[in-house]
Amino acid sequence: MTDRIETHLGTTEEGQMAQEQANTSTTASDVAATSAEDSDAVRTSGGDPDDLNPVIIELENVNVYYDDFHAVSDVSLPIREREITAFIGPSGCGKSTVLRCLNRMNDLIESARVEGGVNYHGVDLYGPNIDPVEVRRRIGMVFQKPNPFPKSIYDNVAFGPKIAGYKGNMDDLVEQSLDRAALWDEVKDKLDESAYALSGGQQQRLCIARAIATSPDVVLMDEPASALDPIATLRIEELMYELKAEYTIIIVTHNMQQAGRVSDRTAFFSVDIQDDGERTGRLVEFSETATLFTTPEKQETEDYITGRFG
Amino acid sequence: MTTQPITAQELAGDPKRRRKETRVKAVFMVAGFTSIAISIAIIVSLAGEAWNFISQVELSALWTLGWFPRRGLYDIPTLVIATTIISIIAMIVAIPLGLGAAAYLAEYATPRARKWLKPTIEVLAGIPSVVLGFWALTFISPEIVQRIFTSSKPFTMLAAGLGVGVLITPLVATVSEDAMRAVPLSLREASYGLGANKATTVRKVVFPAAISGIVASLILALSRAIGETMIVFMAAGAVGGAIRTWNPLEPGQTMTAAIASLATGSDQVAGEGLAFQSLFFVGLLLFLLTLALNSISNRVVRKYRETY
Ligand SMILES: Nc1ncnc2c1ncn2[C@@H]1O[C@H](COP(=O)(O)OP(=O)(O)OP(=O)(O)O)[C@@H](O)[C@H]1O
Ligand SMILES: [Mg+2]
Repeated sequence: MTDRIETHLGTTEEGQMAQEQANTSTTASDVAATSAEDSDAVRTSGGDPDDLNPVIIELENVNVYYDDFHAVSDVSLPIREREITAFIGPSGCGKSTVLRCLNRMNDLIESARVEGGVNYHGVDLYGPNIDPVEVRRRIGMVFQKPNPFPKSIYDNVAFGPKIAGYKGNMDDLVEQSLDRAALWDEVKDKLDESAYALSGGQQQRLCIARAIATSPDVVLMDEPASALDPIATLRIEELMYELKAEYTIIIVTHNMQQAGRVSDRTAFFSVDIQDDGERTGRLVEFSETATLFTTPEKQETEDYITGRFG
Repeated sequence: MTTQPITAQELAGDPKRRRKETRVKAVFMVAGFTSIAISIAIIVSLAGEAWNFISQVELSALWTLGWFPRRGLYDIPTLVIATTIISIIAMIVAIPLGLGAAAYLAEYATPRARKWLKPTIEVLAGIPSVVLGFWALTFISPEIVQRIFTSSKPFTMLAAGLGVGVLITPLVATVSEDAMRAVPLSLREASYGLGANKATTVRKVVFPAAISGIVASLILALSRAIGETMIVFMAAGAVGGAIRTWNPLEPGQTMTAAIASLATGSDQVAGEGLAFQSLFFVGLLLFLLTLALNSISNRVVRKYRETY
């Protein structure tokens, strides 16, 4: 585990090829190593403060603006390695906005502006000389609506590694990624077929396979199951639970049962309506999921949770 | 809520509204059938005269030195070759320029740059071809073609082809840009999310997803190039007739220019009996060619709708 962190810290500023190789070589052996650690990770996230997983991403007073509109105010929270962190809260409170700060996806929106610090292994992602392309290779993303490319299943998975100049055996990597996304058995005979021929749930698992094929460190998921039926949703949840052994996962969800089921920690966001009618999102409470759902600190959190549960 | 029994009369609707709908339908039907009738009339008149021509002409006159209808030489290959050369040159200009402009507008330009660039390109598309023809003759030919190929003539297929290329570039740019912008943002996000940069995203995701639309734009541009008359009429020379040649530095006469010079009397139609009929034959040929291209482009466009 420490190996991985050091690799990343040391090479954030280095050339990407060395990084890419280091990345892929560690993950191959990680697969075996981490399955043993899995149960460990789950247990430690339970309580004992000395045994906490290391912080991988630290948000410090993050403010996001869309032009003059102050969308999110002063969010500070730590994301811990190999945990699932859930973002919940009412619509429009800025969950997606915060999530997209973490891999600089907001750069794609002309009007968006991010203030404050997003520290990834201690490096400020919004600092000078940081290439968003490098950031996104390490912090991957799965979107709300499955968005496979109109290409074959194989090409979808191979896309990321190919553009990163992956030198290893592509067939193996594709199989491995699909396998880890629990999709291999369903698609192994039709890798050449269009990804659009898959069901919504399969497409979303394909998108997860595609995201993990580049061996990211962190996977961001923005309501990954909201377009899926309950069975496909459960499948994705199981998958997230398995992926936790190797990846840090941050998930936005509207489904509080889902947050309760899969996440280790939960951040509850809400919106403040200003005098001028502006709706600014803020972080209300962040703690272990079990605590947040049973004994929330803030009345606001309790209202939201109990309101939803009826 | 109390349930009211409903009568068939209530569900029958307003007869006035139904009559109005019938009238509207009739208007559209007349419009539709008129355009079909006009197309059929064109084909019939073309085909009739074309048949007159082909049944009376000596077949050997269709394959000779060149296209000199006044002297009874109707070498069809001369026209087809000139049309081909000029279209190819035009496409060589329009493909890189048009697609480059489209990619820039769709992916790179800031909204502000796009706001004035797009209308500018659309204005460019509206320039009358006679203006471009004049420009090809007075600028492209002396300033470009004759500078590079010092011994070339003032009228060349190259100059005309470059002029046609400029004419169809905006068409390629605007139609391709629409196709590229129609590629859903979610696909771009997927690509960026995997650590692709802009150039890779354009090449590997946007372009392939928009390919059918892009191909459609190219076919559209090609049929426009084939059908273009004024520029080739003015800049390619050979108004009286042309010798068969593949050399773009020679004058040449396209199918369209041949028709124009016959019909405007630039070539003395009275000189030879069949010259007038040959016009219809060339016209029919041109019609069939554009028809074929259009149906190909229709098919491509239909496929394009299904892509994503
Ligand atoms: N591209 C954008 N341009 C301008 N404003 C935006 C943009 N994206 C989001 N916003 C605004 O920022 C605020 C937060 O949006 P965000 O999408 O982050 O909310 P969310 O919590 O993810 O909501 P939901 O649960 O509905 O997905 C909203 O008021 C929204 O209108
Ligand atoms: Mg959202």
